[in-house]
Amino acid sequence: MTTPLASCTRRVALMRGASTIGWLVMQPVWAQSDDLAAAVKRFTGGKTVTTGKVTLDISPLVDNGNAVPVTVTVQHSMRVGDHVQAIALFNERNPQPEVAHFTLGPRAGRASVATRIRLATSQKLVAVARLSDGSFWQHQVEVVVTLAACIEGDT
Amino acid sequence: MTVRTLIHLPKTALPGEVIEIRATIAHPMETGYRPGTDGRRLPRDIIHRFSCRYGGDLVFSATLYPAIAANPYIAFHTVAVASGTLELVWEGDNGFSHTERVAITVA
Repeated sequence: MTTPLASCTRRVALMRGASTIGWLVMQPVWAQSDDLAAAVKRFTGGKTVTTGKVTLDISPLVDNGNAVPVTVTVQHSMRVGDHVQAIALFNERNPQPEVAHFTLGPRAGRASVATRIRLATSQKLVAVARLSDGSFWQHQVEVVVTLAACIEGDT
Repeated sequence: MTVRTLIHLPKTALPGEVIEIRATIAHPMETGYRPGTDGRRLPRDIIHRFSCRYGGDLVFSATLYPAIAANPYIAFHTVAVASGTLELVWEGDNGFSHTERVAITVA
């Protein structure tokens, strides 16, 4: 028969073990989210980012992560003195958090850019826009990727 | 080495009209994260800068990272202000640079 003390110790040991495993599993995910937050902060300079104005258009279920079409549109005027200055696109779990950084001005006429990107795995994407008044706006999207990019070498 | 590009934009536009420009260039955009057949990482070779000048004025530019897919495609807009030339420039690793010029008539 186990004494209450012994079972208590075993329980504590099991809990410690479980929390260590949990920590090991969670660690890379958190590290990557920090990378994303840090990259966004580098772009915004630590200013508050409001959700709105920006639309990040991407298929929520991606078959092939090697070339995923994305469109970022900002619903804002493009007049001189009141326009979108820059659009940046970030990801959570590729090797690098930055995807692209677009610089526009009143001559762009419309704040809408499109490109094709790589996605290593299912993850969160963030598009951030900087306006000429210094404010930042964003849109976050979660995507599921079935075939990942960046895994296979040359075939 | 010839570089293949594909550029779409209207040949003619009305003054003040917002036109879309779609540009693709043939480039592997090697990320620098993939192993090659020998198991070693292939060195990074990407286009990291794209810019568009309209009659000499910079109207759009982009900084690209390895997460941009191979044969980078970029679509953007500009206001047709006057007849002239659009100059599209791609710059990349290992001294890569390619320029394309497209004429537009605004009337």
